[in-house]
Amino acid sequence: MSVSRILLGLLEPSSQHGYVLRRRYDEWFGTSRPLKSAQVYATLNRLDRDGLISLAGVAAGVGPDRRVYAISEAGVVELDRWLDEPDVPEVTASRKVLFAKVLIALSSGRPAEPMLDRQRQAHLARMRELRVQRQSGDLLGQLDADFEMYHLDADLRWIDGAAARLNRLAALVNAAPDPAAAVPGTHGARQENR
Amino acid sequence: MILKASNLAIRFGQTVALRDADVAISPGEIVAIMGPSGSGKSTLLHVLAGILRPEHGEVHLDEQRIDNLSDSRRSRLRLRSFGFVLQFGDLVPELSLRENVELPLRLLSAPRAEARTRSRELLRQLEVDDLADRRPGQVSGGQAQRAAVARALVHRPSVIFADEPTGALDSAAGEVVLDALTGLARKEGSAVVMVTHEARVAAYADRTVFLRDGRVAA
Ligand SMILES: Nc1ncnc2c1ncn2[C@@H]1O[C@H](COP(=O)(O)OP(=O)(O)OP(=O)(O)O)[C@@H](O)[C@H]1O
Ligand SMILES: [Mg+2]
Repeated sequence: MSVSRILLGLLEPSSQHGYVLRRRYDEWFGTSRPLKSAQVYATLNRLDRDGLISLAGVAAGVGPDRRVYAISEAGVVELDRWLDEPDVPEVTASRKVLFAKVLIALSSGRPAEPMLDRQRQAHLARMRELRVQRQSGDLLGQLDADFEMYHLDADLRWIDGAAARLNRLAALVNAAPDPAAAVPGTHGARQENR
Repeated sequence: MILKASNLAIRFGQTVALRDADVAISPGEIVAIMGPSGSGKSTLLHVLAGILRPEHGEVHLDEQRIDNLSDSRRSRLRLRSFGFVLQFGDLVPELSLRENVELPLRLLSAPRAEARTRSRELLRQLEVDDLADRRPGQVSGGQAQRAAVARALVHRPSVIFADEPTGALDSAAGEVVLDALTGLARKEGSAVVMVTHEARVAAYADRTVFLRDGRVAA
């Protein structure tokens, strides 16, 4: 996530200690991965260096915890830009691992169906956890759970669609020209092992 | 196990709808049945509920084998031990919601006062008590489905069978129905066997049985 832009946004209403920013961040976004304090200070240093925030004072005492930052005019401009610009609609690479696994399984002569069945059960197990979280959580927790549930739901639809087309997909994958065949001395593991 | 089925097989003409299917449901457990269209979900539900007789295999409720009972004994057993929620509220259109909910108890010859108290309590918990005197045609689909949930629970069945209970509802109305069905079933100790094609619905269950080509695939 864009930690630096989030911290910038949290700073806009009023100048803050890094400690307060971190607490707010964890409350809203840190359910799965809380922020480390070193990361907060490194990010604030970078924002300071880039002129998006500036030191507004140092509270009594010593240590980085005491520094109070304020957003600069350039920071407000950057925050506006970040909020106004729609995100690129994209699927993270990690979500496509299953797609790769299916193709590799089929092209290496393994059955893909049991793999998809196991993945479906793993997704459903996670959805059950989220359902519980959703029922017990506050509004923030509910929306957080919904976000993940709808994404898992999309994965599951893809799994069902892929499972229904495995035979055709296997034919397609195995009809592709074999790159190893063109290189003398290379072993086409597929033909030899299976 | 409250309900246990083994080696179930059934055909419709040339179509094999179930082959070698095993299912076991614990008391109070909530189980979702998923699978592609035509994979045998509804057929499995009907066999477990004693509506269809399997060609092979056995179905046991508690210790009693139920698949080989006579038709009349099976329908008696269904009335006493099972509750049903179907996709399109199969409430009796001529009866009010209250009368619909009371119906299973009346058919089981429960005292009128008891049927009245129990149905009122359930309709209240499902937040349709102010609609109790309307007929199914005079309420929304979601409200009718909540009355169907009350009717399924009213006689404290050991197992409630639901086939796409929210299939005709939007997701908000569907959630109200599912919260009620699973929440009350857990509270009262009824097991639920629920067919659905939606993962968000299956997420209400304790586990999911996945069918493919009439077999339990996972
Ligand atoms: N009464 C019947 N007569 C003939 N064939 C039937 C009958 N009931 C079911 N079948 C067939 O048996 C198979 C399983 O049907 P079933 O209704 O159990 O599927 P399902 O998984 O519930 O599908 P869906 O998700 O579409 O409701 C299908 O091929 C269906 O056509
Ligand atoms: Mg069906």
